Amino acid sequence: MLSAHLPALQVVVPLVSAPVCLLLRNPRHAWAFALAVSWVTLAVAINLAVQVHASGTASYALGAWAVPWGIEYRVDMASVLMILIITTIGAIVMPYSWRSIGHEIDKKHLQLFYTCYLLFLTGLLGIVVTGDAFNLFVFLEISSLSSYVLISLGSGRRALTAALQYLVMGTIGATFILIGIGLLYMMTGTLNMADLSQRLPVNADSRTIRVAFAFVTVGVSIKLALFPLHLWLPNAYTYAPSVVSAFIAATATKTGIYILLRFFFTVFGISFSFEAMHVGEILMLLASAAILITSLVAVFQDNVKRMLAYSSIGHIGYIILGIGLATTAGVTAGMVHLFNHAIIKGSLFLAMGCIFLRLGSVELSDMHGIARQMPWTMAAFVTGGLSLIGIPLTAGFISKWYLVNAVLNVGYWPLAVLILVSSLLGLIYIWRVVETAYFQMPGYKIRKLSEAPAALLVPTWLLIGTNLYFGVNAGLVTGIAGQGAAVLIGQGVP
Amino acid sequence: MNTETTVLACIALPLLAPALITALHRWPNPRETVTLLTSTCLFLLVYSLHDEVLQGMHPTLDLAEPLPGLKISFEVEPLGMLFALLASFLWVVTSVYSIGYMRSHHEWRQTSYYSYFAVALGSVMGIAFAANLLTLFIFYELLTLSTYPLVTHAGDNAARNAGRMYLGYLLGTSVMMLSLALIWTWALTGTLDFRTGGILEGAVTPGMSGILLILFIFGIGKAAIIPFHLWLPAAMVAPTPVSALLHAVAVVKAGVFTVLKIVIYIFGVDFLAEIPATQWLMYVAAVTILIASLMALRQDNLKLRLAWSTISQLSYISLCALLVTPLGIVGGGMHIVMHAFAKITLFFCAGAIMVTTHKTQISEMGGIGRQMPWTMAAFTVGALSMIGVPPTAGFISKWYILLGAIEVQQMFAAGVIILSTLLNAAYFLPVVYAAFFRAPEGNPENENRDARGEAPLAILLAITVTATGTVVLFFFPGLPLDLASQLPGVRE
Repeated sequence: MLSAHLPALQVVVPLVSAPVCLLLRNPRHAWAFALAVSWVTLAVAINLAVQVHASGTASYALGAWAVPWGIEYRVDMASVLMILIITTIGAIVMPYSWRSIGHEIDKKHLQLFYTCYLLFLTGLLGIVVTGDAFNLFVFLEISSLSSYVLISLGSGRRALTAALQYLVMGTIGATFILIGIGLLYMMTGTLNMADLSQRLPVNADSRTIRVAFAFVTVGVSIKLALFPLHLWLPNAYTYAPSVVSAFIAATATKTGIYILLRFFFTVFGISFSFEAMHVGEILMLLASAAILITSLVAVFQDNVKRMLAYSSIGHIGYIILGIGLATTAGVTAGMVHLFNHAIIKGSLFLAMGCIFLRLGSVELSDMHGIARQMPWTMAAFVTGGLSLIGIPLTAGFISKWYLVNAVLNVGYWPLAVLILVSSLLGLIYIWRVVETAYFQMPGYKIRKLSEAPAALLVPTWLLIGTNLYFGVNAGLVTGIAGQGAAVLIGQGVP
Repeated sequence: MNTETTVLACIALPLLAPALITALHRWPNPRETVTLLTSTCLFLLVYSLHDEVLQGMHPTLDLAEPLPGLKISFEVEPLGMLFALLASFLWVVTSVYSIGYMRSHHEWRQTSYYSYFAVALGSVMGIAFAANLLTLFIFYELLTLSTYPLVTHAGDNAARNAGRMYLGYLLGTSVMMLSLALIWTWALTGTLDFRTGGILEGAVTPGMSGILLILFIFGIGKAAIIPFHLWLPAAMVAPTPVSALLHAVAVVKAGVFTVLKIVIYIFGVDFLAEIPATQWLMYVAAVTILIASLMALRQDNLKLRLAWSTISQLSYISLCALLVTPLGIVGGGMHIVMHAFAKITLFFCAGAIMVTTHKTQISEMGGIGRQMPWTMAAFTVGALSMIGVPPTAGFISKWYILLGAIEVQQMFAAGVIILSTLLNAAYFLPVVYAAFFRAPEGNPENENRDARGEAPLAILLAITVTATGTVVLFFFPGLPLDLASQLPGVRE
């Protein structure tokens, strides 16, 4: 009985929980409640994944309104991958949040934080579950607005300007997407994605559709921080509270990429997007620039969170590069890295959260010799960093393998060299942190520090463990990603 | 215990030992006992496998499947057996030496030292027993990472800079070239298994195979072929036992071992002979031999001289592999063993001198043979073996290498080896001469009283074992020779 409503529950549970959180008087209760909700959504997600795996794409008519007119929730393997990313990270980050957030933001804002977190979760899950273009926009706005609040809660006033910067850029992006969807509606009279994909080929050769395509592409590119539209991201990641950085870095931009995938492959179709509009070449060019330039920029950062932020833009480049190839191998590689980068960056930001809790800073110049006082935290950072570089036995290596393989399959060997060069740049920026933390003499301030509490270390190491597990046994991720890519590519063929 | 469990134990034992070592960090004696026990057990386990390998059986083990169609699996074949036997035996000896060295040198962080040492040996076992390139690559990288803390053990700025060189060269080459060659091979052939006769023949064009070969050979930074050799002298900041085992045996031999494996099992000897790039790479190896020997001649620091000598000797093995002849392959396999015994003896002696007299420069070592006759006698044995004088082990492998070069009419290679033998004599014999026949510098009365006499007993014991081994292997080269003769391409 309940299993038929899983797609709706995935979104409704966090949605209705969010206001409840605000009503709870005691912040600890709010946290416990949000924690419970996170775990429930994870349980729902796992059930949904099993269901989709067993019986194929799940379609759910919201309010039992017939599909092209009512809102459809549609969960295929590509959505399943995203749902799993979002809910897993959420479930791991929530136990961590109590100590970390309690330390970083004002006590009276705690309920607000958990409310916004649940709304953010709702928005992200809604985006990946829905099969309706306008509904997608609505969820995008829910997630964006709540993320502006989450970022602005960061300690220090620069969080406010970072949030404002993101708000301006994000609003432009959202508006572009809305214009694009509006134009599509104008031409086809429908908002259902499956329906759109049926009707679009008839009108494909019109300027309106091309303009719509351009608006959607640029709008989404802002949201997913595709180089050179990434300018909002470094500040947002740097000044947001640690938990928020970890959660947003792992999920928000990934959801943006999912929207891109949906529009390119499902709505517009692979032949329109990649053959008529040549978006593949543009994406690969921008992705290559992103990979190289932001990795170089990351080498020169002194704030570790900012360094990780730049590295994120580069890794988004990896994913986009895979998608730009528009081959099954390429899209699979992109989706594999979608998952792997989420767990890599999530764990690195969590490790930095541990350091911020004790040290109150993540500047390299303050972190001299910190590994002696916080060995477990730094070990987590090093392991996560190795995964980021793509050392064997970590998830990052699997991504790199798939990506280089996909690139070589189509004979673009300079891109393969580019990927490997940038992973060496990754080695440089990760090792700057390692050398500072392990080789410098600790100062007076550092020597008073103690290791982060278990409440923070356990979730961090859980995510690190996920990195190692999926480095040795990647079958689950590559399987889902492969099926997701097949679904996406298959749909594009008329 | 069946063979599958034995293979698993060989890899798991040293990888798990650090847990126990760390748990015992407050009690040095039990802690070192763990290292000694682990290394001894490992050697016995590896040794118990050798009989089956000699009979032509190859115990196998599948562990995991990280990528679809690509497994982490192990197969014990003769070359791997040879390497594993060597590394595990010398680990036992080095452990004894380490205890003497680390304690008399009052080194810090001894717990992490022994832990990473064990992990490094576990990685070496993984490399030795790897059944495919992916497995080998995984453990190859693990070896780089687990030895990084050993190289940078001192924790000061010099160590940090050396660590940069170490990681930069080793990870740089492996990420940029080896991993690219790996994925490319996979994309071309759909397999990475080590197979008799190779997997590339028929799947690649001649031009492509040349590029692949270059990527492979230079990508293996651990083989220290010029221009990717500078990490080795840099890594000499490590404590001497680390230099001894890891940078004369485990790490560098893992490099040339990988070269041999790729030549024999990925390209196949017959296919390799058809690739023009082979000839050019052989010249590069030959040039490495000469340049590194000349550089060794110029070093006054004993450990640095040994390091440059290692670079030159490693290229003997790479050169053997690129001669693509059965005798060359036997020579390469033998030289892995013979050079290891001699070079570890030399490093042990350098460490003994450093611990006892705090001298590191050769120019200071006049007359040291009178103070440390036992150590310097062992040094002489090692030096003679490096030159290839009978009755030492070095003679045997050099014999095969020369035979191989002459067999395929590579007179250039043969000439290089003979020339480098002269250079070996030129940079080792002066050390021996000075030690025994030159008068000590300064007034002995002024010297610290601690700086007198022989090295600690544990150190002497280790030196004696390896020096004896160097001589014994000349008279009884049976085991390594039998294993090397079992290699495909040699048997027919």
